Amino acid sequence: MLNCKQAAALMSQEMDKELGLTQKMGLRFHLMMCSGCRNLNKQMEFLRQSCRKFPSQDS
Amino acid sequence: MKNDLIASQNSQDRKNVDAELASLRGDLLKFARLQLRDDAAAEDAVQEALAAALSNQKTFGNRAQLKTWVIGILKNKIIDIIRERARSPGTSIAVDEIPEDAYDDLFKENGHWQEDNRPSNWGTPEDSFSNRQFWQVFEICLTRLPENTARIFMMREMLGFDTEEICKELAISSTNCWVVLHRARMGLRLCLDEKWFNSENRDA
Repeated sequence: MLNCKQAAALMSQEMDKELGLTQKMGLRFHLMMCSGCRNLNKQMEFLRQSCRKFPSQDS
Repeated sequence: MKNDLIASQNSQDRKNVDAELASLRGDLLKFARLQLRDDAAAEDAVQEALAAALSNQKTFGNRAQLKTWVIGILKNKIIDIIRERARSPGTSIAVDEIPEDAYDDLFKENGHWQEDNRPSNWGTPEDSFSNRQFWQVFEICLTRLPENTARIFMMREMLGFDTEEICKELAISSTNCWVVLHRARMGLRLCLDEKWFNSENRDA
């Protein structure tokens, strides 16, 4: 079973490379059970979106 | 006669584009400085990007499109500079700016979140994209990241390098690269959490 610290590292890695099947399943399972990590996952996705917009936002 | 009219119309468009480009200079410089952390190199990159933009006859429907286009040119200039730097000897960079245990306090002994540090729900954070203040905070948080950490993160997320290219350009191992990217994301999200999403100053 992954703990949150390991899950955090994996979700970050998943943004940069394809995870192995075991890692992927472990992460999906952990995310199902853990709202804190689900929030973190969304936050990391949001960081990526923000970076794509930066600094092209019409300010 | 008709041709003259068209020519004069074009020259007016041209002037408008030139003025718009000049007004973007400040934003472009900020972006280049964040990325290169070298004022002279940033100036050069922006100068070249603007010159390339000025020599192009393209017209744009609005300012946002123009900005996106110029930033695309600037990004390519920055990539060139990074590649150039990587070719000079002795450019292997420090990747341990954020210590290994920097975020350990967020977790309990067993590796699960401390109650107070469990990531919160940011709701619909995309709503902040239209808020100028949000982008100021975002920039402050990027600036707070240590130099090389920020550089690697921005190469990945803003310049679109994949991790293999980053490793190659900066002569670091792929494991180091992933670790640095992870720490950058953790640092950035904590900063945004504190300074924006859970900040009382927001909307003030």
